[in-house]
Amino acid sequence: MDSMTIIAAVSIFTAGITTAFGTMAPALGEGRAVATALASLAQQPDASATITRTLFVGLAMIESTAIYCFVVSMILIFANPFWNNVIAQAAGK
Amino acid sequence: MHLTPDSIIFWQYGVFKLNATLLFTWAVMLVLVVGAKLITRKLSMALQRSRWQNLLEIVVIAIETQIEEVGLRHPEKYLGFLGTLLLFIAVSALGTVIPGYLPPTSSLSTTAALALSVLVAVPLFGIEEQGLGGYLKSYVKPTVIMLPFNLISELSRTLALAVRLFGNMMSGAMIIGILLTITPFLFPIVMTALGLLTGMVQAYIFFILATVYIAAATRIRQPESGAEQGPRSKERPWTV
Repeated sequence: MDSMTIIAAVSIFTAGITTAFGTMAPALGEGRAVATALASLAQQPDASATITRTLFVGLAMIESTAIYCFVVSMILIFANPFWNNVIAQAAGK
Repeated sequence: MHLTPDSIIFWQYGVFKLNATLLFTWAVMLVLVVGAKLITRKLSMALQRSRWQNLLEIVVIAIETQIEEVGLRHPEKYLGFLGTLLLFIAVSALGTVIPGYLPPTSSLSTTAALALSVLVAVPLFGIEEQGLGGYLKSYVKPTVIMLPFNLISELSRTLALAVRLFGNMMSGAMIIGILLTITPFLFPIVMTALGLLTGMVQAYIFFILATVYIAAATRIRQPESGAEQGPRSKERPWTV
């Protein structure tokens, strides 16, 4: 295998692994957050405004870790610097 | 496939490029500014008022209520900055119903600029509220050891603001693009509808996070004088 094939294969594989593992933990965390928020909403419907707002901000914080993983995998597939480097070298030869 | 609308270039002269991000940002700005100007041209205080004025009043009052509920006591002072952020992100996400439109917030340049303006605005509001010394003192609370961590948190939350908005908006466009090649007819429409919801939620989150940061920067001195606060400003759900 030449370096081009290796880089392509490793990039695609890593992109999949990144999204797969990177979304697992935030999914669990968001599930817990929503479940707790629902329980407290059922107990105290009067505080729904505060609970909902806090829930949204918390979810955004949790979700940003998954978004980071997604951005990294998108960069690996669509804007891969190593791949561009190899292509530039191959074009220069 | 384009990762960001930055790479779609309409016009180029030397180093000056007119890419899709700029074009659609200007379009959104035009819609917001001209729309606001047209609506507020003939405001009425009477019971009879135009539908558009009602709409605008609902929007402004909702934003003010949200700002006040986070704990800023004079929401009209922050309305210009925070309301602009919310309306710009929301309108640029809602524009995706127009075919051929790409949200300017799906470019990292736009979101980085928005996050940087939050980074600059938070100290400005903080200094305005509690003086330069009082604001700088908030960096060494509770102890001096926390100074580097406070500084890092300022920077990392700016990065998080930018990448979060960019990732969400970009993923919407990207998923639609991928689905178009697999199932071309029905699913992209469903995902567009979902993208509208995501865009509104992200606009709200960006707005409420900026509000929380400003509230945290302007209210640090207050625990000593707890008596004069109303019951509402006591709630302080996030110490981000």
